[in-house]
Amino acid sequence: MTPSPMDPRPSAKKNRIDSLAATAGGGTATAVKDVHVSAAGKVGDTGGVSLIASAWARLRRNPVFLLGAAITLVFVVLALVAPWIAPHDASKRIPELLDDLRPGAIPGPRDGFPLGSDEFGRDLLSRLLVGARQTLIVGVFATIFGLTGGLVLGTLAGALGGWVDSVVMRVVDVMLSIPSLLLAVSIAALAPRPSQWTVIIAIATVQVPIFARLLRGSMLAQRSSDHVLAARALGVKPQAIIFRHMLPNSLGPVIVQSTLVLATSIIDAAGLSFLGLGNSDDRQPEWGQMLGEAQRLIQDYPHLAFYPAICIIIVALGFTLMGESLREALDPKSRR
Amino acid sequence: MTSTSTSPSTHPHGRTGSSEPLLSVRDLRVTFQRQGQEPFEAVQGVSFDVHPGQTVGLVGESGCGKSVTSLAIMGLLPARGNRVSGTVSYDGTDLLTLSDQQMRDKRGKDIAMVFQDPLSSLNPVIPIGLQVTEVLERHRGMSRKAATPVARDLLDRVGIPDPDRRLTDYPHQLSGGMRQRALIAIALACQPRLLIADEPTTALDVTIQAQILALLKELVQDTGTALVMITHDLGVVAGLCDEVNVLYGGRIVERGERHELFAQPRHPYTHGLLASIPRLDAPRGQRLTPIPGSVADNLPWTHACAFAPRCSQPIEVCTRVMPELVPHEGRPLRCHNPVEESR
Repeated sequence: MTPSPMDPRPSAKKNRIDSLAATAGGGTATAVKDVHVSAAGKVGDTGGVSLIASAWARLRRNPVFLLGAAITLVFVVLALVAPWIAPHDASKRIPELLDDLRPGAIPGPRDGFPLGSDEFGRDLLSRLLVGARQTLIVGVFATIFGLTGGLVLGTLAGALGGWVDSVVMRVVDVMLSIPSLLLAVSIAALAPRPSQWTVIIAIATVQVPIFARLLRGSMLAQRSSDHVLAARALGVKPQAIIFRHMLPNSLGPVIVQSTLVLATSIIDAAGLSFLGLGNSDDRQPEWGQMLGEAQRLIQDYPHLAFYPAICIIIVALGFTLMGESLREALDPKSRR
Repeated sequence: MTSTSTSPSTHPHGRTGSSEPLLSVRDLRVTFQRQGQEPFEAVQGVSFDVHPGQTVGLVGESGCGKSVTSLAIMGLLPARGNRVSGTVSYDGTDLLTLSDQQMRDKRGKDIAMVFQDPLSSLNPVIPIGLQVTEVLERHRGMSRKAATPVARDLLDRVGIPDPDRRLTDYPHQLSGGMRQRALIAIALACQPRLLIADEPTTALDVTIQAQILALLKELVQDTGTALVMITHDLGVVAGLCDEVNVLYGGRIVERGERHELFAQPRHPYTHGLLASIPRLDAPRGQRLTPIPGSVADNLPWTHACAFAPRCSQPIEVCTRVMPELVPHEGRPLRCHNPVEESR
């Protein structure tokens, strides 16, 4: 039940990031087209088949993507509407369940409570639904913060090069050499009082070096590209070259990575909560935290652990399937 | 070849030597230095002049140093690992002594460049219009709003149909020829006095090549822009250039006015290049005569003629003494045993 296995070989992780970065290189601006077309949003009318259109055509017929997208959609919708569709208040102990709750006997499924009670007499189904919302918040914010940090560091390293690049990348290498969950645990443990936000910050910090390395790799490829040379030949200022010419063309792999990171940060958040480093206030349920509480009772009531665990697995699977098929669709090399 | 056959009747205005040179390259040397490797001198003392309004060709095969020469003139070679020496004087200022900032202000405004591959030379994520206005904003201090109609006119000028719509199009939505036209529009946006075209037609198919060359010729004549044409294609040279410099192994081996050079190539290399072109008036079934070997066979210029191993008529001295670039029958030539017969 421990989340994400620790990566035994950090160098393998680096190589993976670099090879992903290479998909954005030089002439293969495929992934990139996606960015601008969606940003412009008015390309379709000119008749040409843009690369995002052909990627979408492939994705639409890809059952793996459809499954992943369906899971993700259901999860996001449930998370958004959770407080309204939850049959009971997730933070309140329900008198009907409390009546049957005594040491050594947790009420099982019954009318109005399809999944039964948790150990404190609260409705398990409602807690799972509301927990989806917390999980989504952690996943999305951890990804956004990690992406932001990675963008800043990766842009610095890739654009300036020289000693800035060396310093940033050595720091990134050191961070990558520590297994990600271990690093997240260490950072979360530094916080004086565990909360949802310490979890988010800890996970975001772990993602920063991955994004930074990825972006730096594709920025380097851009730096020696023809259109950057052409821009320099026009006397375009360095800032404009970095932010208008290099950065937008380097974002493709980073965007793909973000969807994958959504999955890992949900798993990692569950892991931190499970280890007691998450939000200790159980009035705001979160899947990892529910899992952590259930472990004491796993001998007698395995279903208390089973439900949050299966939720985590399915949601992480959904994001991963979606991210992987997105990467395949945008990577010209894996086109079949 | 295309250009010769499609536009044999038009002649560029030769204005050789009529005024102070606009660009004067003297003894330009570019050395690549890599750690743990012998330094490699890609350009070994190239000198030539470009007068206002003149079109000068730099011709040679891959690896002869023509592109490096153009990048060195533009100051676009990475500072690390490259040593550039000599002088590149543009309108009286030595470009090689300028700071990065000063050079940036010159690039795109006084000297512009058109590159080989039009698709990869355009930023794929920015609409064409913005890429044109970017230069205008940068060098003329125009607002984007003010620059847009100018950009539209520029696209119209280079023959892009429906320029209003093309302003918002992305590079991948344009055909290869349109992209190269757009690049030319960008290069000419600030009316530079010197345009360097580095194999501008190589990535295009032949019919488009002819159109692009005709466009370049027209624009250069209309605006009085001087053009340095870098190419391996003698057809391009024949159709466009007033003066031609033939490069081999990083040095100029022959220079001449285009008609003289084509009529009477003196250097065996130039002769070989011309002989390896298929001719319409040649008998059917006749084989082409290629130049044997490759640039890898070069001898070092320091104590031989680099071309000697591939030469059709080497003499003993060719492998011992470096030939100097000296006038031979009125035009500079670097050869111990020039070709005498006329074509």
